[in-house]
Amino acid sequence: MRLYLGATVLIGLLVAVVTVAQMAFLSKIVDRVFLKAGGGEQAVTLLLMLAGTAVLRAGLLWVRETTAQQGAVRVKNDLRERLFAHVLRLGPAYANSERPGELTTTLTEGVERLDPYFARYLPQVLLSAVVPLLVVAYILPRDAASAVLLVVTAPVIPVMMVLVGSYAEEHTRRQWLALSRMGAHFLGALQGLPTLKAFGRVAAEEEKVERVSGEFRERTLKVLRYAFLSGLVLEFMTAAAIALVAVVLGVRLINGAISFQDAFLVLLLTPEFYRPLRDLGIHRHAGMEGKASAERIFEILDTPVPPDGTVQENLSGELELSFSGVRFTYPGRDLPALDELSLTLPAGSRTALVGRSGSGKSTLVGLLLRFLDPDAGVISANGVPSGDLPAVAWREHVALVPQRPHLFYGNVLENIRLAKPDATRSEVERAAELAGAAEFIRRMPHGYDTQIGERGLRLSGGEAQRLAIARAFLKDAALLIMDEPTSSLDPESERLVRDALDRLTRDRTSLIVAHRLNTVSTADRIVVLHEGQVAETGTHAGLLERKGHYSLLADAYEDVPV
Amino acid sequence: MRVFLRLLGFMRPYWWRVLLGVLLGVATVASNVGLLATAAYVISAAAVVPFLAMLTVPVYLVRLLSVSRAVSRYAERLVSHDVTFRLLAELRTRFFIRLAPLAPARLLKYRSGDLLVRVVKDVEELQNVYLYSFSPVAVALSVCALATLVLFTFDPAIAFVALGFLTATGVGVPVLVRALSKGLGRRQLRLRAELDARIVDDVQGVQDILAFGREGGEQHEISTINTRLGLVQRRMALVTGLQNALSDLMMNLAMVAVLIVAIPLVAAGEMDGVFLAFIALVVLGSFEAVAPLGAAFQVLGRSVGAGERLFEISDSEPQVTDLPEPLSLPQDGTLALDRVSFRYDEDGSPALRDVSFVLRPGSRVAVVGPSGSGKSTLAGLILRFWDPDSGEVRLGGWDVRCYAQGDLRAMIGVVSQDTHVFNDTVRNNLLLADPEADDASLYRAIGEAHLTGLVEGLPGGLDGYVGEQGQRLSGGERQRLAVARALLKDAPVLVLDEATANLDTVTERELLGTIRELMRGRTTLQITHRLVEMETMDEILVLDEGQVVERGTHEELVRKDGQYRRMLAVQDGMLATA
Repeated sequence: MRLYLGATVLIGLLVAVVTVAQMAFLSKIVDRVFLKAGGGEQAVTLLLMLAGTAVLRAGLLWVRETTAQQGAVRVKNDLRERLFAHVLRLGPAYANSERPGELTTTLTEGVERLDPYFARYLPQVLLSAVVPLLVVAYILPRDAASAVLLVVTAPVIPVMMVLVGSYAEEHTRRQWLALSRMGAHFLGALQGLPTLKAFGRVAAEEEKVERVSGEFRERTLKVLRYAFLSGLVLEFMTAAAIALVAVVLGVRLINGAISFQDAFLVLLLTPEFYRPLRDLGIHRHAGMEGKASAERIFEILDTPVPPDGTVQENLSGELELSFSGVRFTYPGRDLPALDELSLTLPAGSRTALVGRSGSGKSTLVGLLLRFLDPDAGVISANGVPSGDLPAVAWREHVALVPQRPHLFYGNVLENIRLAKPDATRSEVERAAELAGAAEFIRRMPHGYDTQIGERGLRLSGGEAQRLAIARAFLKDAALLIMDEPTSSLDPESERLVRDALDRLTRDRTSLIVAHRLNTVSTADRIVVLHEGQVAETGTHAGLLERKGHYSLLADAYEDVPV
Repeated sequence: MRVFLRLLGFMRPYWWRVLLGVLLGVATVASNVGLLATAAYVISAAAVVPFLAMLTVPVYLVRLLSVSRAVSRYAERLVSHDVTFRLLAELRTRFFIRLAPLAPARLLKYRSGDLLVRVVKDVEELQNVYLYSFSPVAVALSVCALATLVLFTFDPAIAFVALGFLTATGVGVPVLVRALSKGLGRRQLRLRAELDARIVDDVQGVQDILAFGREGGEQHEISTINTRLGLVQRRMALVTGLQNALSDLMMNLAMVAVLIVAIPLVAAGEMDGVFLAFIALVVLGSFEAVAPLGAAFQVLGRSVGAGERLFEISDSEPQVTDLPEPLSLPQDGTLALDRVSFRYDEDGSPALRDVSFVLRPGSRVAVVGPSGSGKSTLAGLILRFWDPDSGEVRLGGWDVRCYAQGDLRAMIGVVSQDTHVFNDTVRNNLLLADPEADDASLYRAIGEAHLTGLVEGLPGGLDGYVGEQGQRLSGGERQRLAVARALLKDAPVLVLDEATANLDTVTERELLGTIRELMRGRTTLQITHRLVEMETMDEILVLDEGQVVERGTHEELVRKDGQYRRMLAVQDGMLATA
């Protein structure tokens, strides 16, 4: 990037030099034709030179723009890839704690917004410091008075810009924020139209839309009156300087203190002196936006990733899993989500995990998948602490069937293959068969090649669940974690999911976050979580007899008062 | 073009501000041209006259122009931003008025939930049509005409040469650049869309990606698209860089060309050499007006596109309209559906087929069935968000189409799972149901809906904000807010549309208590897939794929060993662990 920035600035300087040369030719031509009546030969040469500088200038401008863009593209590409990789490393715990959509907006639009910052604003900052000096240095030997005038007025502009700027910037920023909020309000009004109609409040809301927009306009214009002052100052200084220089030069010309050619050249160069500052003003807004984006990007990149394990332990065969003294507290919460939890899942066993919402079930799953790291305690498999292994290596031993499986945009085949990218088609079909998904897939318009996901065919909850089970079959890992759907599926789906789950849990250590009585009753053991701790363990019948937490959960449905 | 004219129509209410903005824009550029050119004339003249006093007029002119340049620029920016914000307000209210009768029937046709986001973005795009498109074009045309006129007084040939270059720069260069960049631009858009979609997909599915160890693969995929995008963007830079470079080249060549025409004239004594510098600078300065045209055409293209999309929606006829002279509401509040069939779009499968039932004042009817069975369509038909394709919805014996929509809806209170919560205070979200309600009645409704805890917990209490789409509310609180609204509305007919969906059993139980209170003394239609408190219903309809497959009381249906009983069995297999 430095290289491209340097090159861009260097070419920018060359443009300034060529501009000065061009103005020099112009003043010479006018001088010759006007005062020395020198048409003919010399004028032709000079005109050719003038045309030559025009072409050269245009060429340089083209190269400058291209170079600047090349640099910006490199920065964007590099940052985007780093950011994406980092978000993956931070995992779902981080991704879900951010405001929805904000993270993806930063990754997509946020990165693009860096373009004007790197390609225009940054080089312009450097140029506006150097080019005016260059122009003054050229004027000084020709007309010291004008040079002094320019040098004296120049600092007024940045000072005024900062003075007005620092006041207006904060207000302007707030107004732009208000603008986007107003957009959100309008969107809310549109989304709420059915509700507004049901309550007969459409006319009132329409008035409100109008009033809010009107008030925004009045407030914003008040702010802009100040914000535009810095532009006013810049324009006024430039124009006043031209007027002043012209009059001073006129007097000196009449006194014979300066030649016409020099005087005209100084006049031509005066606007060039202010031009870089003016260009800076133009790119300033985009620059600020880019800067804000960059800050957010680096904030994400600077979010620390917990250290990863490095031990290359070979875990093979069936897995015995044990939690000992595991504690986890979410950042910003007082109470731990899991508190000194100890639990063993024997190799090949099938354990159902139950508990009210907020009892710590999801946290336990997150810890098992290493999306979260315990604050204290150890989770180990066959005696090997899971944290010692690299997370990627650990997850090879775990298959997850989440509550709401994410279906990626792509066809069914690709979606199941997520579990094993090099699986053959027949392997995928077999997995689907085992998961009880084959039949509905065959009924889809293009079978396994049907596009699903956000922009494709929508699947019902039960269908998505069975696709996720197919993924788990294909992965064939020693440990299975299943988070059952909480909403009731239709009776047919319900049966198919149950059958598939029976096949899947055979010969595997499995942990099922259960919401269904038939699941818990076929489990080897039921673990009841309550406020982050294991409250009860046992079989369905045994736990019912105890009349504790479990029997409350099991009875709730029959218990609804009539 | 028609779209463009309609867009211009939006500026009509404040045409004089628009005109003022354009005039100020012309004044800004003209002052600058005049300033430089007159300054050049002052210097030229000073070289040939003996006293400065002979130049009093041009010297004053220079001073005047330097002030008018700065002032007109400042005023122009204020006026044009004022116009822009006025335009925005105008566009928002106009489209809101146009869309209101269309919601939700006509808007559903566009299916995706992105439609409204698109509408908001398009309206925001349109606000730029004046500032970045109309105004620059108008200013450019005026300045070109003015410059040509000034140059014409010296020599027609000079005027035509300058006009030729100005046109080439203002129109020719943008057209050329557009032609060169068209294919690239489309590819860039496609790749951006692909990359963005992939990133969104991956971030949302990050759990599954990590669980299956696919991070490496996905990073590779992203990197591949990213590299391709970078390549296109770099090629694009070559073309966009050309725009600037060519404009600059044309500007300077225009000056050279004008000199080529002017120099022989001066040499031949047909023109005074003192004006040579003046002419050169008039030409140079005029290009300030045509420089923004390239960007202006781009904005114009986007605005027309946005306008087309918006007009396409807003021009559609409302599905539901009032009669010219609607009936006033009847005394008899019996609501009846008579063989009602309905489909959302013409080629789709019917959402309801031949559904009939009668809801007598004070009675309770439940409609149950799996999701997607067409239950929620019923609520929309009763509220007249839609009209049935065949059959009638009747109130007091008359088709509901005979009444005014507003009157009909005033009779019906709805508690639905997708009640919209506005990003506003609790108070304003409640006042929606009864704008006249005082604090006492608000607090009573809050108390009855068991929302007291929420109101006390929010900073600001009743005036605390609930967040975008009610983010700060839990599922149970949102639905209780809907119940509170229904309490405040105090309508004789109550429609409960999946009022307790997505709640855990304990919350559901609490809410059911509230709803029981709400139902007291009201005619109730309960639409649900959860079979709770079914014993209190006068009639239960079991709906499957839009058809009534079973009907009767709870006891009758349980005895029947049909769908109702199967649903009950599945439900009994659930644990209270959500």
